[in-house]
Amino acid sequence: MIKDITLGQYYETDSVIHRLDPRTKLIATVVYVISLFIFDNIASFLVATAFLIAVIRLSRVPFKFIVKGMKGILFLLLFTVVMNLFLTTGDVLVKLGVFTITRQGLKAALLMLVRLTYLILGSSLMTLTTTPNNLTDGLEKLLKHLEIVKVPVHEISMMMSIALRFIPILLEETDKIMKAQMARGADFETGSIITRAKNMVPLLVPLFVSAFRRANDLAMAMEARCYKGGEGRTKMKPLVYKKNDWISKIILVVYLAAVIVAVRFGSISVAGFTL
Amino acid sequence: MGIIETENLVFEYIERDEEGNPIGVKRAVDNVSIDVKRGDFVAILGHNGSGKSTLAKHLNALLYPTEGKVLVDGMDTNDEKYTWPVRQTAGMVFQNPDNQIIGSIVEEDVGFGPENMGIPTAEIWERVKESLTIVGMKEYRKHSPNKLSGGQKQRVAIAGVVAMHPKCIIMDEPTAMLDPNGRKEVIRAARALNDVEQVTIVLITHYMEEVIYADKVIVMDGGKVVMQGTPKDIFSQVEKLKELRLDVPQVTLLAYELRKAGVDIPLGILTTEELVAALWRA
Repeated sequence: MIKDITLGQYYETDSVIHRLDPRTKLIATVVYVISLFIFDNIASFLVATAFLIAVIRLSRVPFKFIVKGMKGILFLLLFTVVMNLFLTTGDVLVKLGVFTITRQGLKAALLMLVRLTYLILGSSLMTLTTTPNNLTDGLEKLLKHLEIVKVPVHEISMMMSIALRFIPILLEETDKIMKAQMARGADFETGSIITRAKNMVPLLVPLFVSAFRRANDLAMAMEARCYKGGEGRTKMKPLVYKKNDWISKIILVVYLAAVIVAVRFGSISVAGFTL
Repeated sequence: MGIIETENLVFEYIERDEEGNPIGVKRAVDNVSIDVKRGDFVAILGHNGSGKSTLAKHLNALLYPTEGKVLVDGMDTNDEKYTWPVRQTAGMVFQNPDNQIIGSIVEEDVGFGPENMGIPTAEIWERVKESLTIVGMKEYRKHSPNKLSGGQKQRVAIAGVVAMHPKCIIMDEPTAMLDPNGRKEVIRAARALNDVEQVTIVLITHYMEEVIYADKVIVMDGGKVVMQGTPKDIFSQVEKLKELRLDVPQVTLLAYELRKAGVDIPLGILTTEELVAALWRA
């Protein structure tokens, strides 16, 4: 089950999206997330959906592969939706004992569902089409100016790319330790939340120990390969904006404008709902 | 003069108990003097705790000697200004393939060393292509290292070192975590590097089969060098190897037992072919 999380996993293929500059993709993701939080009606929903589908098609990452990454956060998603559905006050639609569903609650829940789903899809699309190194290279270059105020941009981006590289390895290891502990009678699935959390200790201790050991080994391997920080380093894949990046930026501006227009003028009323 | 020389190398560290109180000084490497010639394939054999890995880390300026000297291509590793040139001259491959791959794509990982050295972009690409070809991993250059087998990962790690154009590569038990197939792949890559590219190889291992092709074998025990010589010299001394609790290749052992039983064959037979030939003659 642990292996289902695709966040932070690169999907190998060649597409227009894969070839874009990581900076473009980062900016696009930020813009997309912003657009998700300003949309609140059916027209803007359609614009955002069309945009997402278009990008997914262009990326040539199989839809199934992207959706697999959603399984991990399914619980969080349901929890938020249920909370929104039952805990929003307003015009009552249905009353089931202590639970009431209001018109506002229903709308908030739907919006939240769409927002979160699109948020995960959009951002995992970025990590699926960009290698972690490329991604952190992009971040490093975007945030370069912060170095003037002594923010260690290179170090942070190196840490991030290493963290991303080790996520699958540590997950695999967690799986392995879990199975080993289960074989010896450990129980991770029953009992109250507190007992379950307590049962996690024999899982976390070996995991931490091995993570530290790996970190130590890796630091040594990096030093052995002459790593001495960002100074004097050249790039194997230097970032240069190409024609497609400028086109994408124009598309982004158009998209954002379309969402704003849709939010302002695209509302329709159906059976008392403002959609 | 050899490419790697150690003179009476001693490395000591303070042993601590569980609370971190010092309980004594441990001598991991004890008065070791070795000399590795340019272009040689040298194997260092020994059990866990024999000091072979500690010795290896000295050759790459990852550890500094407590006493004595280490010279890599004439550069003293104790001298701070040589740290980076030393690491570039003597590349290092470690035991665990997962813990030494930095990039999340094979070619990016191979490019990591040259990037650190400040090589211009176009040349990095050339070096990456060339080193992946040498280890036979060119068709995997766009793959994620997580999806490779142990032997393949280790070959990528070797390519990462080769791309830095070292004169010498130190391999610290590169095969310890691999299955037999992976082991063969790695040893084949190491031998190809030595034969074709004339890179000096120092292979640290505890598998006997891997040392029979070496030009020179150094056996370590308890931090000291206990035997030194060609594989033939070393494996002629079956008794002594047994004393050191080291396995002898099966063929060598068989030849040794046959000889003891009175069959007239020479000492130090290393391969099946050799044994067959010797038996024909006998």
